[in-house]
Amino acid sequence: MGSYLSDRWPQILSASWQHFSLVAQCLLLATVIAIFIAALCYRSKTLSGVANSVSAVGLTIPSFALLGLMIAPLGFGVAPAVVVLTFYCLLPILRNALVGLAGVDRSLIEAARGIGMSSMETFFKVELPMAWPVILAGMRVSAQMTMGVAAISAYVLGPGLGSFIFSGLSRLGGANSFESVVTAVVAVVVIALILDGLLLLLGRLTISRGIRA
Amino acid sequence: MPNSTADHNSSTGNKVAFNPSMTEITGATILLENVTKSYGAKKAAVNQLTLEIPAGKTVMFVGPSGCGKTTTLKMINRLIEPTSGRIVINGEDVTTMNGDELRRRIGYVIQAGGLLPHLTVGANVGLVPKMLKWDKQRIADRTDELLELVSLDPEIYRDRYPKELSGGQQQRVGVARALAADPPVLLMDEPFGAVDPITRQRLQEELIHVQAELHKTIVFVTHDFDEAVKLGDWIVIFNEGGKIEQYGTPEQILAHPANEFVEDFIGSGAGLKQLGLTRVRDVDIRQAPAFTVGEDAATAVAHMNEAGVLRAIVLDSRDRPIGWVTRRQLERMTTVGAAHARQFPVVSDSATLDDALDTMLVAGSSDAAVTGSRGAYQGIITVQTVIKAIDHISADPEEVSTPVGHNTGAIPKLATGENGVISYAMDEEETATEVENDSAPWAEHSDPAETHRGSERA
Ligand SMILES: Nc1ncnc2c1ncn2[C@@H]1O[C@H](COP(=O)(O)OP(=O)(O)OP(=O)(O)O)[C@@H](O)[C@H]1O
Ligand SMILES: [Mg+2]
Repeated sequence: MGSYLSDRWPQILSASWQHFSLVAQCLLLATVIAIFIAALCYRSKTLSGVANSVSAVGLTIPSFALLGLMIAPLGFGVAPAVVVLTFYCLLPILRNALVGLAGVDRSLIEAARGIGMSSMETFFKVELPMAWPVILAGMRVSAQMTMGVAAISAYVLGPGLGSFIFSGLSRLGGANSFESVVTAVVAVVVIALILDGLLLLLGRLTISRGIRA
Repeated sequence: MPNSTADHNSSTGNKVAFNPSMTEITGATILLENVTKSYGAKKAAVNQLTLEIPAGKTVMFVGPSGCGKTTTLKMINRLIEPTSGRIVINGEDVTTMNGDELRRRIGYVIQAGGLLPHLTVGANVGLVPKMLKWDKQRIADRTDELLELVSLDPEIYRDRYPKELSGGQQQRVGVARALAADPPVLLMDEPFGAVDPITRQRLQEELIHVQAELHKTIVFVTHDFDEAVKLGDWIVIFNEGGKIEQYGTPEQILAHPANEFVEDFIGSGAGLKQLGLTRVRDVDIRQAPAFTVGEDAATAVAHMNEAGVLRAIVLDSRDRPIGWVTRRQLERMTTVGAAHARQFPVVSDSATLDDALDTMLVAGSSDAAVTGSRGAYQGIITVQTVIKAIDHISADPEEVSTPVGHNTGAIPKLATGENGVISYAMDEEETATEVENDSAPWAEHSDPAETHRGSERA
């Protein structure tokens, strides 16, 4: 195991970094899209209901199947991995964004409008900051969930640690196959913890002390 | 120095006032012209309301729940758009202008302050100036100035978050925020509804002091008729559908309720309620010796001997009373200190006699210290003073011309007076017609002139 690690240290590091970077970027993209969709829906009960159902159904689609389906339109490589990861990231964040925005006290919004904030200003300066802790909680769920999905993206030749797992499993019993799988799994867990830590830190920095629990 | 506070005030006045020629009166006249608001097909929430709110005055809206007070208030800043009718502020029709811009020029205070919990107190107060693109330094100066105005030490409270304040303090910040850009009009919807009675009394008195300094036009919605009597220059009593039952001064309404509805609304004890019309500053405030902490004790004792008194009041460095000390205690000190001072009740000079009496009785004391602007010591008031004042309360309100207020659909004529100031006046004849239509204030009385004089003496 020791020699396996020392021999392949550079590859492991670079694959870990790719894995991390893939998840982080998809998370970022998904957050922006989720907030955008939530902003369009949250004022209407019907639209919020639709968005919630879609995200509930979306989470039941097996990631492996969805990745496979993406090969036809997008080919192999980074593109299908990004699309599928962003999709899965999107769902918990969208749910939380809807809950968070709907939970903002009406009287606060009215106070903001009453002192002359436009509805746009009210959204960005009042509603979004108030909903932000809930949205961030959704981001943490998404980050954990898509760490695993990102590993599967090796199936479409996506970047990251998945290739170690796939190649290890395909020659199970062969030289270093077990080490390959274990190394990748441990690395995925470690970077998941690191990302979660970073999101916690982001919360510390961006959630106003006035609304922290 | 271009950033001085004085400069700010004058420039703000010019910028924000609706009519630049009226910079002396900071308030603005508001006229609701035949305004109707209906939600859906039902009976209108506010029906054909015409109401004049004089510049620089405090007008109280009272009436039963659901009668349209909030709806009327929110139509002034167009948080609620009127279904029909016009709203005119200082001669400018604001019914069609951009609502957000309009609201930046009108202060708005709601129950519990409506502070944004994720922003500090300072940031909350600076919200409107920031939207108006003031520079940073000017916003900071203005924020501190306003916190001082509402009796909050900026050093302590500026960087706190709303959840770190008491309910009363939050409410004060709400008032400071509404005043930030020096708007000519302040709309307040049951602002003191969520605080305990003692805090409410203090907040009311502070508002009176602030208003005495600033002379805004204040429209204030309340459930509490006593609050209306205490704070209002004018009171509008509404019925269902925004129907005006009476529009008059507190004195007029208490002395001559227009009809049964108003009588019921005022409730029993209208006589005692008149105690709520007289303020502490209007009665005889006695002088008692008072010394500032740190003064030479021997001199103080000498003063007391001269005056022949046994107790003196200790003031803090800002002239605010801390408590009583006896001459004995002073004799044992080198400089005046507050360590052994006995607490005693304090009332503001703008408190009503009603409240002052209450405060003294609750504290079990036969006198109380009187404080003026920003809590500075003025003198003392005694229970005897209050009792003497009851005898002198006049049941004879002064003659004042009531602003326009009715639901008939008639629109008052615009009259342009001297120096371009627009005022609203009803024709003599029109006024008379209103009264016959049973819709103007004083409708119960056949001769409005006589009612105005209020000449029946008890
Ligand atoms: N958004 C709305 N949709 C439908 N009806 C409304 C709406 N807002 C208010 N109303 C109705 O309009 C009428 C006046 O309401 P408003 O809030 O002005 O009353 P109010 O005098 O402020 O009462 P309160 O003293 O209880 O605050 C009420 O009958 C109320 O039910
Ligand atoms: Mg109301």
